Amino acid sequence: MRGLFGAAALIALTCFGAGAARAQGSGSATLDAAKARGQVLCGMAGTVPGFSLPDSQGVMRGLDADTCRAVTAAALGDVAKVKFVPTTTQNRFTALQSGEVDLLSRSTTWTLGREGNLGLEFAWVNFYDGTGFLVKAASGVKAAKELDGATVCVQPGTSTELADSDYFRLNNMKFTPILIADLTEIQAAFLSGRCDAYSTDASALATFRFTQPKATDFVLLPDIISKEPLGVMVRKGDDKWFDLVRWTFAAMIVAEEKGITSKNIDTFMDSKDPDIRRLLGLEGEMGKALGVDPKWAYNVIKQVGNLGEVWDRNITPMGVPRGINNIWTKGGLQYAPPIR
Amino acid sequence: MSDATLDPRLTSGRVAPKRAMRLSWSDPRFRAIVWQVVILGAVAAVVWYLIHNTSQNLASRRIATGFGFLSRTAGIPIGESLISYNPAEDTYGRALLIGVLNTLKVAVVGIVLATILGTLIGIGRLSKNWLMARLTAFYVETIRDIPLLLQLLFWYTILQGLPGPRNALSIGGMVWLSNRGLKLPTLNWETAHTVALLIFAIGLIGTWWWNRRAHLRQEETGERPAVWPVAAGLLVVLPLLVWAVLGAPFQWDVPALRGFNFTGGTSISPEYFALLLGLVTYTAGYIAEIVRSGIQAVPMGQWEAAGALGLKRGAVLRRIVLPQALRVIVPPMTSQYLNLIKNSSLAVAIGYQDLVSVANTTLNQTGQAIEGIAVIMAVYLTISLSISLFMNWYNAHIALVER
Repeated sequence: MRGLFGAAALIALTCFGAGAARAQGSGSATLDAAKARGQVLCGMAGTVPGFSLPDSQGVMRGLDADTCRAVTAAALGDVAKVKFVPTTTQNRFTALQSGEVDLLSRSTTWTLGREGNLGLEFAWVNFYDGTGFLVKAASGVKAAKELDGATVCVQPGTSTELADSDYFRLNNMKFTPILIADLTEIQAAFLSGRCDAYSTDASALATFRFTQPKATDFVLLPDIISKEPLGVMVRKGDDKWFDLVRWTFAAMIVAEEKGITSKNIDTFMDSKDPDIRRLLGLEGEMGKALGVDPKWAYNVIKQVGNLGEVWDRNITPMGVPRGINNIWTKGGLQYAPPIR
Repeated sequence: MSDATLDPRLTSGRVAPKRAMRLSWSDPRFRAIVWQVVILGAVAAVVWYLIHNTSQNLASRRIATGFGFLSRTAGIPIGESLISYNPAEDTYGRALLIGVLNTLKVAVVGIVLATILGTLIGIGRLSKNWLMARLTAFYVETIRDIPLLLQLLFWYTILQGLPGPRNALSIGGMVWLSNRGLKLPTLNWETAHTVALLIFAIGLIGTWWWNRRAHLRQEETGERPAVWPVAAGLLVVLPLLVWAVLGAPFQWDVPALRGFNFTGGTSISPEYFALLLGLVTYTAGYIAEIVRSGIQAVPMGQWEAAGALGLKRGAVLRRIVLPQALRVIVPPMTSQYLNLIKNSSLAVAIGYQDLVSVANTTLNQTGQAIEGIAVIMAVYLTISLSISLFMNWYNAHIALVER
């Protein structure tokens, strides 16, 4: 249903709204609007442990939530100015298209189709993932190839839906999909035994398994059947905003490379390393080039942390190894272009 | 109708003379035409502006437009469909068609069942039996007070509580009930069955003809020839005989547990069943009230007059009261039918793949929200208008014919 409301909002906007006027200010309409508002509106799920889920104090926790915070710190200098907007798999794109949110950090897979058709683009990948299957241990299934004829619970409107369809087709197997948009409902359907397998990104399956009363009742099948680089999306046509989101990640990666953390960052303020001096706004005009405060990267690292800290805080407790999500110097895929 | 009954005002030349229209503001007909042109023009201008502005905004946001996606390969999986579907080959257009058929499947069956259940409950509320009247009143009051979405989730949760396929409840090893749905055996269809069915259809026409003859005979002589032996012969004995002559083939395709699930036979999915159950029980609550008020709208005198003629209560209801009550019942019933169809879109909540569910997935995978919503609106409009047209025709058909 929420998908429809989002779509209706988009239709109303595209039907009645005038074309976006280019603002003067920073050169980014999105950034100017965020500054005027005093808030960055960030679309996320709000239901996925490890990615975005409120803790017992009501504070949003997770990798996606911290991504929102990092961009907010870079844009406005204060993580407290982030506003989390819950979205579903179905209304997320319309929420971003219609301007309901400034960026979308919602475990969304970067695909050509989405970048080509939606008027949106991916600024960075915050999690390299792949589609997997979770089954009940009692079923005795050990590999995805044994799932012929199975009923599979999937959220509609996701790239998982297409990945499963492709995988079963490729292997000449059949499956019956059960498609429910609401995450809690689809998980309930799996737990009740309506489905033989629950399919989504392997990371989400791991965290779901982890949050069950008895994790050993469930088996995460070893097969990863697709590439799912989960990224952060912005609207096309606001290149300055795109730059800011992309370089926020670069700053967090460089900080991890250089061993700068939220705890020790102030000891680097008299560093002689020109890379560090440029990163922390002590040298050069990096902030000005992005249209934000010179200490943008300092704010990100001080208030949110480097990429490794964000991972350790949110994903490590879920029992997911870092693997290819590590920075490039440690054998992972996270590689930042130089900040100069 | 003879000429004598015609209204003399229409024939005696007392009709106002026809006058030529003048191009003057003081001529009401001219004024009316001018106003209609102005209003139509304004509406057309607004529509043109909306379309133009929308396409311009979509282009500036670089969002894909057009209905070209309908002929692209869908790739999205669909759980249940009335026609064959292969995500590898079939298009979004076919996927949407499956959605439409799934919506119709639940709407048509839902309307029939809700009408039957609602009518029974409505009559039950008027029963002289205290328990019956109170129970039905309780049903109506509770079911109408709970939001439909909650009821659907309730039924779906209940159905999920059934045992898994390996511990399915069985009726005679033929019918299986599990959280995967109700599995039913199907008949292996042979030519003999088709022929028998054909004979049955001919038998229906024969019975209808015999019944008509009996009716005419009764009008003439007051004696009514028995219809049932002929009907039984034509509808039961003859088809069975033909079937037996052709070798009496009779074999069930019984569902059997293989791997994860049952194969063979046919099945009713829990999603469909939960949606149907929710829609039928919910709408029946409203229909019951419409039926009750319709019956109560028939004056007491009609009951008494019929009773005075010696008709039994059931016959009074069937032959005297219901035909008159129908005139009150049909118009509000139409809106209940339309409600049921539109409410079926709540299927997305419990995973039944109706039109909205498929269109939602489609617009999500293609990113073409405006086209997707346009398809949904066009289909619901078409279905609703068809139902409205039919019900209006039916209403006119049963209306009191004034002479």
